[in-house]
Amino acid sequence: MKAARTSILLGSLSAALVALALTSPRVVAADKVDPVADAKAFQNFFFQKFPTVKHEDFVNGPYSMNEDMKRQWQEKEEFPPYEFALDAGKEMFVTPFKNGKTYADCFPNGGIGIRQNYPYFDEKEGKVVTLELALNRCREANGEAPYSYVKDEMASLTAYMAFTSRGKPMDIKIPDDPRALAAFENGKRYFYTRRGQMNFSCASCHVQSPGERIRAEILAPALGILNAMPIYRSEWSGMGTTSRRFVTCNSQTRAVPLEPQADEYRDVEYFLSYVANGLPISGPGARP
Amino acid sequence: MNRSLAVTMFLALLLALGLAPAARAANEADYKTAYSAAEAAAKEAASLRHQWTVTVSTLAAAKKAADGGDFDRAVAAAREAEALAKASIFQAISEKEAWKAMEIR
Ligand code: HEC
Repeated sequence: MKAARTSILLGSLSAALVALALTSPRVVAADKVDPVADAKAFQNFFFQKFPTVKHEDFVNGPYSMNEDMKRQWQEKEEFPPYEFALDAGKEMFVTPFKNGKTYADCFPNGGIGIRQNYPYFDEKEGKVVTLELALNRCREANGEAPYSYVKDEMASLTAYMAFTSRGKPMDIKIPDDPRALAAFENGKRYFYTRRGQMNFSCASCHVQSPGERIRAEILAPALGILNAMPIYRSEWSGMGTTSRRFVTCNSQTRAVPLEPQADEYRDVEYFLSYVANGLPISGPGARP
Repeated sequence: MNRSLAVTMFLALLLALGLAPAARAANEADYKTAYSAAEAAAKEAASLRHQWTVTVSTLAAAKKAADGGDFDRAVAAAREAEALAKASIFQAISEKEAWKAMEIR
């Protein structure tokens, strides 16, 4: 394990040096944005790399990669550690704001069973709207202060909403709007861009090394990586939102994280969710 | 690339960036020059949204050393922070195209 980590570090050091030594960056012709082809290629890559993993199992993060872990997890699911957050989330969800309205008034279908449609591209704003963002906008529209994107309240609310969508296939739409395509492309760029002193992109860990260990953790595959959000982590001894996870992953590469719900984070969520279309929502998740 | 070549290149890079020990003791003016150069590079890295955490912490270490009157250490840390910031700027610029090499197609 230690050796593997050392080699990851040395690998990243030499990768950084290669990047620094590079004088003539590879020239790539500008291609047209084709989300359908991208999603197909993305899914095929993982289906071929892990031929024994059932397609719908990719949404279980590290558990899809490791049988022992999966068994422990299934035992844990009998008394899931996110149960507390789920109850709190439901309570919050149905409790009226001071003005008498509830979250249900802000969402299609009263907010039940709709997690699989987030994030969506809002043609009025011209930007991607995530579930976390929509929840805070709902609060603000009703005169309530927004919640922190990285703390328990937001995790509980999204946990409850994910739970009401369990098993529903991810269903992200990209409208015929050049701004939506640009957001998808920007999310893709963010996903593959190397950053931080370790010179890692999201893909360095979640495409090139899923199933491998980094510290005590087994890396989740990028395919379906958001379907289980939010997640309970023993390391956090609590729930973490998607925002919190992105911030943590950036910090791990020694990159200064962006502010939660920055455009890049919204766009990378759009990209990762779209390429997971068809795979079931499994959140909230629990991790060791 | 083999490991020893990588290490040699890394050392060469450090030397090129002026991290070789200074011949005389540094004073406050040396520190101010080194720090403002580092700060400017770090600002640019932040505006490209490619700041490294180590740049921020090394800048803070430079300031702390200067506050304690240890200008040798403060100058060394400021120069290191500048080198880190410049590397992150290089990363931001080269990744504008280089990310495509990683893409699943
Ligand atoms: C240095 C390696 C590394 C990089 C780079 C990295 N992550 Fe992670 N990521 C992890 C680790 C470790 C975990 C926790 C174990 C796991 O679930 O994969 C994790 C977990 C996640 C999870 C939760 C998955 C789950 O099922 O528990 C998401 C979502 C995620 N990362 C997204 C990203 C995104 C987006 C990026 C790029 C901004 C990124 N990661 C970059 C290491 C990394």
